[in-house]
Amino acid sequence: MTTTIDPPERRETAADKLRQGRHAISERWHHAPRWVRWVLLVAVIAFFYALPNKEFYQYLGPIPTPGANFTQVMFTVSIYVLLAVGLNIVVGFAGLLDLGYFGFFAVGAYTVAVLTSPSSDVKTLWPWLLVVPIAIALTMVSGVMLGTPTLRLRGDYLALVTLGFAEMIRIAAVSSEFLKGQRGFNQIPHPPGEYADGRPWFGVLDARPYYWLVLTLIILVVIGVRNLTHSRVGRAWISIREDEDAAQLMGVPTFKFKLWAFASGAAIAGLAGALFAGKQNFVNSQNFELLNSIIILAAVIFGGSGNIVGAIVGGGLVAYMIERFRGIELFGVELYEYRFLFFGLVLVVMMIFRPQGLIPNRRRAAEFKDRRKEVIVGE
Amino acid sequence: MLLEIEDVSLLYGRIQALHGISLTVDEGEIVALIGANGAGKSTTMRAISGIRPVASGTIKFAGEDITKLRADLRVRRGLCQAPEGRGIFPGMSVLENLDMGAYTRRDKAGIAQDLARVLDLFPRLAERRKQAGGTLSGGEQQMLAVGRALMSRPKLLLLDEPSMGLAPMLIQQIFTIITEINQQGTTILLVEQNAQQALARAHRAYVLETGRIVKSGTGTDLLHDPSVKEAYLGVA
Ligand SMILES: Nc1ncnc2c1ncn2[C@@H]1O[C@H](COP(=O)(O)OP(=O)(O)O)[C@@H](O)[C@H]1O
Ligand SMILES: [Mg+2]
Repeated sequence: MTTTIDPPERRETAADKLRQGRHAISERWHHAPRWVRWVLLVAVIAFFYALPNKEFYQYLGPIPTPGANFTQVMFTVSIYVLLAVGLNIVVGFAGLLDLGYFGFFAVGAYTVAVLTSPSSDVKTLWPWLLVVPIAIALTMVSGVMLGTPTLRLRGDYLALVTLGFAEMIRIAAVSSEFLKGQRGFNQIPHPPGEYADGRPWFGVLDARPYYWLVLTLIILVVIGVRNLTHSRVGRAWISIREDEDAAQLMGVPTFKFKLWAFASGAAIAGLAGALFAGKQNFVNSQNFELLNSIIILAAVIFGGSGNIVGAIVGGGLVAYMIERFRGIELFGVELYEYRFLFFGLVLVVMMIFRPQGLIPNRRRAAEFKDRRKEVIVGE
Repeated sequence: MLLEIEDVSLLYGRIQALHGISLTVDEGEIVALIGANGAGKSTTMRAISGIRPVASGTIKFAGEDITKLRADLRVRRGLCQAPEGRGIFPGMSVLENLDMGAYTRRDKAGIAQDLARVLDLFPRLAERRKQAGGTLSGGEQQMLAVGRALMSRPKLLLLDEPSMGLAPMLIQQIFTIITEINQQGTTILLVEQNAQQALARAHRAYVLETGRIVKSGTGTDLLHDPSVKEAYLGVA
């Protein structure tokens, strides 16, 4: 006797298996002994420290980028990861839609450029390290200035205002005499430090030290953010994201905490901007297209908004994939030209099949379910 | 007087939802606010909680003018609302939701005591303590909203339609609990469309119609008032 399984049922079991598989991985991770988790974590971190060495990545098959220096690409990727971690605080934890996050990155980069470069009008020529805290502070102040009038309002104002802000910064960069437009600022100093023989750690040719610096800062920022989310501050953010009115009714000073989330997110973008300027040595108006803001936001949502690991994976994957297209030809067209088409396609598919992102936050998943129920109730 | 509202008006943009309403709640009372859908009951609650600014009039709580006070500071003064409908945090577990109710408090011992009391009042919540709020049934969510508000140990508990959408059995149960909470010493302002039950339980009551208070009196008086009977109790 033969048994036939009708297709719908089979498809269901396949989907179930996939779901169970994913579930099993997260289960296994959460139930693994502490030392196993630590060993795995250290192994992953060690992998990423080793990654930009040619002696290591040449064995990684298709992972190195064919069309671009892999070490340089990894630096770009690391900057995107840092930005995704920062934006995740704003969008993922506090639930604020920030469409102009890259504007804060620009403020950080330009602060460093103006205060350190010989092409700047102010001619302070300060060292890079001294200017980094100033850059962070200034982006934070610009975040507070932008957030104070808008975060009191509900709804979509913040999205519009941040969008306008990023565009304002870009236009200022393009057309203001002070910010030097296309010509830009050159000879921005590198971070300090040198080897025993007098060669600097942070030179022009080797991108690895910059990558390691950013990677180290990412780890520090992630530790800080994790601690915050497990505190009263984190609880307040989550409550605001889930139901702002209810949060207020429970005595959460919502405006204050929204402003904090917004400003700390901005500060991290400022740090990223300062690192970028110190590495590139050169900053001009071409670095700050609006598209970048959209890419980072998409990366956070793609990875799993509200989850730090999700933001890291999202930021890393998106930045890496875009570069990975470089140098690949198909039927005589360079795929890199169409990178955003693919990117958009992936996003659309993702939002249909997995709107909570690649590695969703447990709560977010419940919130999504709740919202879907709400839609049905409202009909 | 614990709560004194005088001549309060409130606007949503150009729509005026409250036209100079006045009401009082005395310590130890259950006061009911009844009215049809859209009369402005929830709006009154929002004005008291401070999540909507009033256009004119004054709100006094325990003798202090709180008309312009921020919502979160009103909670610290002892005013807490269980909002209408699904006002719980869907992604947080039952315990985390209750914990949010105690957000303004730091006295660990007192919080633990109140948690025990709430779980005692609502055994259903105790059973589901680890479950995400959004996955609870409507009745359980309603209980969670009331329990969460109690966790702030309020002087005045504001309840916005706690019986909405519940099965008759559960409605009975929630009103019994409301009386119990009141007997344990919490003053309650209760908004209801379920006028029969609300009036039977309340010491005093107000009737709200299109943003105006049209009637007030003791619960029993209004329960027997012919016009109230006709409009809200479904008796001709
Ligand atoms: N957010 C809002 N924006 C505009 N109008 C509103 C809003 N909320 C309520 N209203 C209006 O205010 C009036 C009173 O509403 P509400 O207080 O919710 O009534 P109730 O709770 O008594 O059913 C209604 O006409 C309603 O349409
Ligand atoms: Mg209502």
